[in-house]
Amino acid sequence: MNVPADLLYTDEHEWVRLEGDVTVVGITDYAQHELGDVVYVELPEVGERITQHAPFGVVESVKAASDLFAPISGEVIEINTRLADAPELVNTDPYGEGWMIKVRPDNWETEHANLLNADAYRRLIEQE
Amino acid sequence: MSEGALRKTPLYEVHRQMGARMIPFGGWTMPVQYTSILEEHRAVRTAAGLFDVSHMGEFEFTGPGARPLLQHLTANNVEKLRPGQAQYSMFLNKRGGTIDDLIVYCLEEDRYLVVVNAANIEKDWAHVSHVAAHFGGARAHNRSDAYALLALQGPRSQAILAPLTEADLTALPFYHVMPAHVAGISVLVARTGYTGEEGFELFVAPANAPALWQTLIDAGRQAGLRPAGLGARDTLRLEASLPLYGHELDEDTSPIEAGLGRFVAHEGDYIGADAIRRQREEGVSKRLVMLEVRGRGVPRHGYPVHTPEGQEVGRVTSGSYAPWLKKNIAMAYVPPEWAAPGQTLTVLIRGRAAEAIIVRRPFYRRPRGTTPRATTTAR
Repeated sequence: MNVPADLLYTDEHEWVRLEGDVTVVGITDYAQHELGDVVYVELPEVGERITQHAPFGVVESVKAASDLFAPISGEVIEINTRLADAPELVNTDPYGEGWMIKVRPDNWETEHANLLNADAYRRLIEQE
Repeated sequence: MSEGALRKTPLYEVHRQMGARMIPFGGWTMPVQYTSILEEHRAVRTAAGLFDVSHMGEFEFTGPGARPLLQHLTANNVEKLRPGQAQYSMFLNKRGGTIDDLIVYCLEEDRYLVVVNAANIEKDWAHVSHVAAHFGGARAHNRSDAYALLALQGPRSQAILAPLTEADLTALPFYHVMPAHVAGISVLVARTGYTGEEGFELFVAPANAPALWQTLIDAGRQAGLRPAGLGARDTLRLEASLPLYGHELDEDTSPIEAGLGRFVAHEGDYIGADAIRRQREEGVSKRLVMLEVRGRGVPRHGYPVHTPEGQEVGRVTSGSYAPWLKKNIAMAYVPPEWAAPGQTLTVLIRGRAAEAIIVRRPFYRRPRGTTPRATTTAR
């Protein structure tokens, strides 16, 4: 299972990457593998505010709908509109073209301490 | 329930070796997918898929009283069945509710095999035993452990199977059954299935199931055959508008309400016949409808169905993204006045109303294929 070292993770299997003063959010390789074929992703609108650990959207596979949990709090400044027509990108490239939202974080310095680093996340999925 | 408490089919180790993801289903641990539900679904629509459905139950009825017993136990007209023919049917309760849906295979004049749903085997067997006790000349046996069952489904299934058997498959019409050998293994081959495609179901002794499975996987590889799990089985049957017990059918739901009236006899004193007659004369309070959801999101079991004015009139019984149709589809029960094709309703998906339109069943019908048609249909 691919767990890139430069990302931070939630225990609900989302990842977040800091790019300057913006963060990019998606779900992990483990999550997409567990879900199976993703057929629909429901994302917030640009401008909406999301809260760390609270649901911000839904990812639907053939078999089930699963909440997406925000790794950080902040304002949604961009959503991956390609997922509307190509939700399978979440399966094929979860850390790249399958990204979900870009967020301007309210308080990265405080909140990123609540997230898992790659080693801790890897231990988590090995236990599941 | 822990996996240890679940029953395993004779192909359990084969599934594990093939990398299947296993899930609990009806008291069994079953493969839900091998690689991808979408790919397995597509393989069955375009080439072929091989399913392990050994969890299904088999009851054998023998003796001169077998036919009258089945005529009383099941809702379809068993008198129409000749040896070699099969019939979709149900066990009903006295209220016309469905104890289970099933297929009756007439193997010989006095010998029948009834295939029931895995989750209902014990309940069905208690019902059958209770009724059979009052019938002379018939023996009923629960032979569920004596049969493994493989389903080979898809447009290329006949081309894959034919070279492996001496049997003339072109002489086997839809809903017919015959004994045969496949790669030397003794089987009952039936032209039945649960995918909306042409295909076969192969009854085989459990000890021979792994060899038969491997033979079919190898023989079908060039033709694009893939092993397929319960995930694809569910999306395939939903596209074909086929009911799943526990979703579209239960003890409070009659086959008339489910739109299966053509499988229910008009005459006869089968259990539930009075209630069915009354429903046919007086009408029913709910009807199963096929919904194409035009709004965003996937409809799922239990989601509310509303009128355009926002009044709740039913619930989704099965719903999914339909991989072949590339639409979101669902089945639901609504009152008859809301059940006409063309009617617009809404499905509440996580609190948001998604527009849905009632379409005619089935959602998906296979292109005209090579399956020989029965001259007299027993269905």
